Amino acid sequence: MIEIDEDLCKGCEICVAFCAKDVLEMSDKFNKKGVHPPLVVREEDCNLCGNCMLYCPDLAIVVAEEEESE
Amino acid sequence: MKLVHPLMKYVRPGAISTATCTGCGDGIIAQAVLRAIDELELNIDDFVFVSGIGCAGWIPSPFFNADTLHTTHGRPIAFATGVKLARPDREVVVISGDGDLAAIGGNHLIHAARRNIGMTVICANNGIYGMTGGQVAPTTPLGLKTTTTPYGNVERAFDLCALTDAAGASYVARWTTYHARGLTRSVKKALTKRGFSFIEVISQCPLQYGRRTGVGNAVAMMKGYKENSLSVKKAASLSEEELKNKIIVGELVDKDMPELTEQIEKLRRIHE
Amino acid sequence: MSKEILTGVYFMQGDIACAEGALAAGCKFFGGYPITPASEIAERMAERLPEVSGVYIQMEDELASIAAVVGSSWTGAKSMTATSGPGISLMQENIGYAVATETPCVLINVQRGGPSTGIPSIHLQGDIIQARRGSHGEYEMIALAPSSSQEMFDFTIDAFNLAEKYRTPVFILSDAFVGHMREEVIIPEPERIYRVPRKLPDSGTCGGKFRGFLDEDVAPMPIFGHGFKTHVTGSCHNDFGQRNVIDAEALDYYIKRLNSKISKHAHEIISVSQDVDGKEVALISYGSCYRAAREALNILEDEGIRQVGSFRLLTVWPFPRNQIQELARKVKSIIVLENNLGQITPYVEAAAGGQAEVIFLPPRVLGTLHDPATIVDKVKEVIR
Ligand SMILES: Cc1ncc(C[n+]2csc(CCOP(=O)(O)OP(=O)(O)O)c2C)c(N)n1
Ligand code: SF4
Ligand code: SF4
Ligand code: SF4
Ligand SMILES: [Mg+2]
Repeated sequence: MIEIDEDLCKGCEICVAFCAKDVLEMSDKFNKKGVHPPLVVREEDCNLCGNCMLYCPDLAIVVAEEEESE
Repeated sequence: MKLVHPLMKYVRPGAISTATCTGCGDGIIAQAVLRAIDELELNIDDFVFVSGIGCAGWIPSPFFNADTLHTTHGRPIAFATGVKLARPDREVVVISGDGDLAAIGGNHLIHAARRNIGMTVICANNGIYGMTGGQVAPTTPLGLKTTTTPYGNVERAFDLCALTDAAGASYVARWTTYHARGLTRSVKKALTKRGFSFIEVISQCPLQYGRRTGVGNAVAMMKGYKENSLSVKKAASLSEEELKNKIIVGELVDKDMPELTEQIEKLRRIHE
Repeated sequence: MSKEILTGVYFMQGDIACAEGALAAGCKFFGGYPITPASEIAERMAERLPEVSGVYIQMEDELASIAAVVGSSWTGAKSMTATSGPGISLMQENIGYAVATETPCVLINVQRGGPSTGIPSIHLQGDIIQARRGSHGEYEMIALAPSSSQEMFDFTIDAFNLAEKYRTPVFILSDAFVGHMREEVIIPEPERIYRVPRKLPDSGTCGGKFRGFLDEDVAPMPIFGHGFKTHVTGSCHNDFGQRNVIDAEALDYYIKRLNSKISKHAHEIISVSQDVDGKEVALISYGSCYRAAREALNILEDEGIRQVGSFRLLTVWPFPRNQIQELARKVKSIIVLENNLGQITPYVEAAAGGQAEVIFLPPRVLGTLHDPATIVDKVKEVIR
């Protein structure tokens, strides 16, 4: 499961660039900071590697196993 | 169901939104440090984070919800030395920039390594003076045009790991922000070492380095780190020529030597 | 006998008395770098601090020394450094940091001849204004000027107490003469030494919700290691320690609060000793010059000239403006004795405001004590 805190995002695209599974894409909408946050578009392909979370400079992404999120 | 970032619990309320530019490597370093503390299950209240002046000085200050000492340009290690000597039971971690730690503060860096005082120093090395607008640093590559080297940098860059190794550090490692996992591992190792640990993190400054020098944005810079880095093991078999412009990542020094505060404690025991 | 307080009567060098005063005050941390004429303080502390569970460290330079002192103070230790001209100059940036972060610590300046390397073992009162305004920005400073070995002991204790009471760095402005001379020093019984304890927040207080800075009446210090999650910065900040590097309003508040913390309490801090009632002439002095003033007054008294009194600044900063204003209303003339080219004299003139004549009198040769005879001559010239 991936969750993006859109308002923390600064739109750097690091998460999108370093996802080997192409799960994320930049969206068209604007967040509070006036940048485009990413969108989870192919969640089913996500292998929960955690790279996007690890690299996000702004702690905007959380990746967790389904059951852990309960 | 809303997921909460597992590291948010270490972030100072009110400081959640950082002051760094889009894609700045400082945020990745901040996260690696907090992750190391989390994975080791340490109590952040047992830490004192000390930083200097520069963008990197803002990595712990005010972001980390712990005792934080945001000091003057170049002096965080000297302040941290006072903290550690007076409270050896604290985990003292210095996080600051390359200009801060290696130019104006270079003397404190080598002397802390020589003393082998039990602290961890993490240098966010973006090869530039980020905060003041992209001036040359002692870590800037030869030939690079910066705002104060308009004809190209004519000075060689410092090898900070070789420097701290020569000065006597117990633990020395180099990573880039691309190697966030290796970095986290090294921070964990450094936090468990008794002596002086130094970790250099090659980190992107997309604003003052990437944009001005034409290297590109944060993604381009991190891809560059990926392509240009080699492990210590691999590098061992290569010639100097082959290693030109490469970033050697991994643990460079890991040894045990007498730590300073333990030596001072022994002096006190003479008088008991 | 307490290891911290070596009760007894000694024949002691001023620098050593200073170190013993520090230990008696509860000093547990010394960070310094050798320099004449202050090295004896470091040497004594290196020997003595391990005996009292303290820490001595010789840092790589004076920039580091003051930084380490401030760092240790944030863990709760009473801390000090001791240096002279070149070292004090190097410390200036972080003296400002100590002021800005409201860090108690004691700075001993055993003044020597300057500018620059000057003459290490010759005394000059050359750093009086530097102590007040040597770091950049707008701030207040407390400085005491001892004139004897005994006062090196006593004033150092006072300096620690003032540092704790007002959460601020405090200077001892000694000089090579006072630092290096040997005199009788009486170290009293521990019960007779008063130590101001550091005001701390209640345990369980959380930094984020706690006003640990910028209180005119001195906020409790949220020292490290108690879960206060304190944010300390030398950048402009608010009562909670939160940095603000954008608003002029925030800067205005920050500066005014830091300054009024001292200026509001100046009347409690300022210490002068005077016997000027009914006198015509006052000899203003501080530090080693007071010794010459005393001598001159003895000679004058022996000669039957009794219309001269002494006005001595025990604290040079904050400046005793009101006291000198009052003095100027009582006497006709004020002779200011300084071993320099007149550093506090303009302040005296401003305070006197034309009510009394102000005459500056340096020693004939800078770097020496005034010959009491020249002071006597000047007094006779004035009262004629
Ligand atoms: C004594 C002093 N000199 C100069 C400055 C101005 N200054 C602020 S940050 C900085 C350089 C920061 O570079 P670095 O340490 O590499 O940090 P970065 O911003 O790149 O993270 C300088 C020169 C200062 N604050 N203090
Ligand atoms: S966890 Fe891995 S696979 Fe899943 S979105 Fe993030 S980077 Fe892509
Ligand atoms: S890495 Fe973080 S800040 Fe950058 S685009 Fe992705 S979510 Fe936004
Ligand atoms: S200027 Fe560079 S180092 Fe500073 S915050 Fe921006 S990207 Fe980061
Ligand atoms: Mg830098």
